[in-house]
Amino acid sequence: MPLPTLTRDNLATVEAEARATPRPKDCIRVCVSTCCLAAGADRIHKRLVEEVRTRNLDIEIRKTGCAGMCHAEPLVQVDVAGTDRAVYGHLDEEKAVRILDEHAVGKTPVRKWAIDGIEHLPAADTLEGIGPAGHQYRLVLRHCGIIDPTNIEDYLARGGYSGLRRAIFELGPEATLEEIKASGLRGRGGAGFPTGTKWELTRKAPGAQKYIICNGDEGDPGAYMDRTVLESDPHAVIEGMLIGAFAMGCSQGYFYIRAEYPLAVDRIEAGIKAARRVGLIGKSVMGSEFACDMEVRLGAGAFVCGEETALIASVEGHRGTPSPRPPYPSQKGLWGMPTCINNVETLANIAPIVTRGGAWYAGLGSGRSKGTKVFALTGKLKNPGLVEIEMGTTIRAVVMDIGGGSATASPIKAIQTGGPSGGVIPAKFFDTPITYESLAELGSIMGSGGLIVMDGTDNMVEVAKFFMDFSVDESCGKCAPCRIGCKQLMLLLEKVSEGRAEPGDLDTMRQLANAMRRASLCGLGQTAANPVLSTLRYYPEEYQALLRTPATAGASQ
Amino acid sequence: MTAIATMIRGTIDGIAVEVPEGTTILDAAKSVQIGIPLLCKHPDLDPTAACGLCIVRVKGQGKLPRACCTPLEEGMDILTHDPEIVSVRRTVVEMILSKHPNECLTCGRNGDCELQTLAADFGIRWSSLPSIVPEIPLDASTATIVLDPRKCITCGRCVQVCQERQNVHALCFLNRGVEVQIAAAGVSLGESPCVACGQCAAHCPTGAIVEFDETQKVWDMIEDPELHVVVQIAPAVRVAIGEAFGYAPGTNLTGKLYAALRRMKFDAVFDTNFGADVTILEEASEFIHRFADGGGELPLITSCCPAWVDFMEKFHPDMIGHFSTCKSPHQILGVLAKTYYAQKRGLDPAKVRVVSIMPCTAKKYEIHRSKHMSSSGYQDVDVCLTTRELARMIKQAGILFRGLPEETADPVLGAYSGAGTIFGTTGGVMEAALRTACETLEGKPGMGRIQYEVTRGLQGVKEGEVTIAGKTVRVAVAHGLGNVETVLERIKEAKEKGEELPYHFVEVMACPGGCVGGGGQPYGITDEVRAMRARGLYSDDERAVVRRSHENPEVKALYAEFLGKPGSERAHHYLHTEYEPRLTYTR
Repeated sequence: MPLPTLTRDNLATVEAEARATPRPKDCIRVCVSTCCLAAGADRIHKRLVEEVRTRNLDIEIRKTGCAGMCHAEPLVQVDVAGTDRAVYGHLDEEKAVRILDEHAVGKTPVRKWAIDGIEHLPAADTLEGIGPAGHQYRLVLRHCGIIDPTNIEDYLARGGYSGLRRAIFELGPEATLEEIKASGLRGRGGAGFPTGTKWELTRKAPGAQKYIICNGDEGDPGAYMDRTVLESDPHAVIEGMLIGAFAMGCSQGYFYIRAEYPLAVDRIEAGIKAARRVGLIGKSVMGSEFACDMEVRLGAGAFVCGEETALIASVEGHRGTPSPRPPYPSQKGLWGMPTCINNVETLANIAPIVTRGGAWYAGLGSGRSKGTKVFALTGKLKNPGLVEIEMGTTIRAVVMDIGGGSATASPIKAIQTGGPSGGVIPAKFFDTPITYESLAELGSIMGSGGLIVMDGTDNMVEVAKFFMDFSVDESCGKCAPCRIGCKQLMLLLEKVSEGRAEPGDLDTMRQLANAMRRASLCGLGQTAANPVLSTLRYYPEEYQALLRTPATAGASQ
Repeated sequence: MTAIATMIRGTIDGIAVEVPEGTTILDAAKSVQIGIPLLCKHPDLDPTAACGLCIVRVKGQGKLPRACCTPLEEGMDILTHDPEIVSVRRTVVEMILSKHPNECLTCGRNGDCELQTLAADFGIRWSSLPSIVPEIPLDASTATIVLDPRKCITCGRCVQVCQERQNVHALCFLNRGVEVQIAAAGVSLGESPCVACGQCAAHCPTGAIVEFDETQKVWDMIEDPELHVVVQIAPAVRVAIGEAFGYAPGTNLTGKLYAALRRMKFDAVFDTNFGADVTILEEASEFIHRFADGGGELPLITSCCPAWVDFMEKFHPDMIGHFSTCKSPHQILGVLAKTYYAQKRGLDPAKVRVVSIMPCTAKKYEIHRSKHMSSSGYQDVDVCLTTRELARMIKQAGILFRGLPEETADPVLGAYSGAGTIFGTTGGVMEAALRTACETLEGKPGMGRIQYEVTRGLQGVKEGEVTIAGKTVRVAVAHGLGNVETVLERIKEAKEKGEELPYHFVEVMACPGGCVGGGGQPYGITDEVRAMRARGLYSDDERAVVRRSHENPEVKALYAEFLGKPGSERAHHYLHTEYEPRLTYTR
């Protein structure tokens, strides 16, 4: 039966009905995010559906988003009555069928193919999926790997859109804004600007039309938090957008998603369509006077378009380059109107804050860094994947306890956070709790959530080169310090790594880096030298070892 | 009514400043004689914030904001120079130089280049950065301006001028990062919508866009004993060329210019102002014919600006019927030099060469634009030089310009009226035409109105009504191609709806300020400079004994002896032209 138009009065009923919808109690979840699909998850899903159908089994084979154990794809979770839950990885069709036979039907888990991490996935019966889970804390990823992202009823069954309902019918715009301010939530795109303040500035800015934009232009190498959330739980982001639009008085929202994320685009477009169908998006949201429409805009693959002013230029159809601020987008943004741009992960935090209250959220985390943070773990560790931790968790817990430590014979040497804007953090600092402030003190940044683990075989000059190469490619070229500085720094790094550099070259690198930091127009240029500065700070000996020494010069005579 | 601006107070380098709200730190600093280094910001244009040189320190802020685009806020305490700021600026200049060819000595901007000046001011003697100049070929395909993207510092002024101010969209940025370059998107400039107005060159801080140099061609002609080479100077040249010799903008140097041209060994020195007077006779009679006798489409739109003509043919060919068919003043003088003058002097027109000194790069295109530009059987004008090229030639010839005597132009194409001289500024053509039209329609010689304030000033579109012989004439004057669209829209809308036309007579000049702000004028254009140059022309007009084109004695003689009446068959053959749609890709 199709869902009715959702209103203030029937949401709870619909939620209860959706939860009570007769469907098989037993469920096998197959992750079908981009990376799982690339690993062949679709074939496994089809095969399991086929098996269940031909054998007439009362088991639901559900497509879900990312469960986070990206190192072991394709993977399935078995969640059936009368036996333990388990997650299985590195599967093929034959293995999947055996798991169906032995675990789902025979109630005996197949231990040899089970992988670590089931404790990080909320049990399906945890209604909202929010709370501690092993060393992790699920909040943003509350539905990821659990619900079918293409089915709005799955989202509704777990309390979806009750945050929006509360905002519109219980709180009103001001009180909603107050909850966000009280939560202490800060922008998850990397810079950590207080979300409540951003919303307040946009709300107060004069303007007949206001816009909210979801920044889905994730581009740090190795980072895929936003893609995963968009793919795995589109309605969480749509609900966050709607609450923001309501609090700020925006009647139009745009999802700016990079074109390289076709599945995320599909899921958001389908999500918008579904939400529109049940009256969550449109001229009268949930029967109220609040009107809001949403559209998707595709990014054409420029890293700099994640920068707010460049993103706005791109949405307007111009060349994606940053503009000077002020005026800030909250004053004069899209088409000159007040505009709020929030990152995907930021928006996925909104509904729980409104449902549970800002004070609850502010109780999570550490110091001025509230709530949780999603990280994409990559590099030389046993369990790369997508994880979410409470702010204040130590680097060690993330790398060793969740990530499983080094995957090689060589111990872990350092991590790198913040992508091309960030820096390296040597292992001796691993007891540092992860907060915006502590990572900045160490010369890196929180960034959007890319976390790359390096072992003893990784050379730091090469690490700096990798990121600088990225910045050379991705500098938009508008301002001289970034455009030329990146290139010249890259040339110097090559000079060092090829053994042609003199000690003075290291000074020149620092001089260029400082000029870029001070005189670049946008965040990309201002931070592009960070990987160089931080590797120079912690591993100067690796640079010096490569310099052309006087001894070599003498030997050549 | 202008609202009274809120005043903002702050401190810059310890000096108290008070400026209207919204004033940038850059302008606030300027108000107390503090200069902040710049490369990308131009007074005509919105800040692009591209160069990063104007960073300043605001007490209590971690970042160094850019002075060009950051408004002064109440109580700001600003430092414009400290060791770190100076060191960062210096490094940025070194970066820019590392991507700029070391070709100053052979560059079109040698000695008059903003980057060169900056490097000199910073005292850069050595840099540790290797040269990373890309290999990008020159684009001289328009034969009017030359694009050398290697010398481009990507400040974006040209792109902004071309797209936003001129609405032409010939230039854009290509690629990204260190490979960013200015270009006509995917094609050569010659195949692009470029109308050769040269505003890109006028605003470029370096030698990345310069005029197509044809000085040697002119020297060769002068040195050829077989040839009789005549020269003419456009109205706007006389009030701008002095800037190359240390005069203030607007200084009228007509007499010294004639003397210099004679010393350069031109065989005759004429004045385009004479051609302007002839243009007025033809155009005013065309206007009267259309306005009073219903002989053609209204409004009549002026056509003396070749960049505007090209723009119209490319983007608004449906307006062709509105264009005055009259050629531009220097083309008129050119054809008369090869007919009327040649006959009077007994010269073989095949041996006569006409050189035009113009404030303009588009004139280099105009002389070849159609067969009508050779209506005597010989090309009306053989070479067009810009004011900048002439200044170089004067210097090459060893002429000490400042000490030259004041001389007069040669007969029979040298005398001019005050109406002819104001052609060089926005509104001047309209005003000159109204002077003649008024007298013709009212039929009281020597009594018609002289000044028409509605045409004057630097406002982008000037509109107003003038009463002539009891009838209301609605006029509009637009300058800067970006300002034309609103005027054309109003005309088109009225035509479509069958409503009364918003205007009877429209003047358009492609360059902001008209020819005084032309793309071939000495560098450093600002509204202040435009106004000073315009003032120079208006005072030339005020001092003139004859201020109406039809009273110019040499023009009278020309009609009596050669052309007959304005609009005669002969006048039409020699002095008028036709237009054709020129399809280009649409912006």
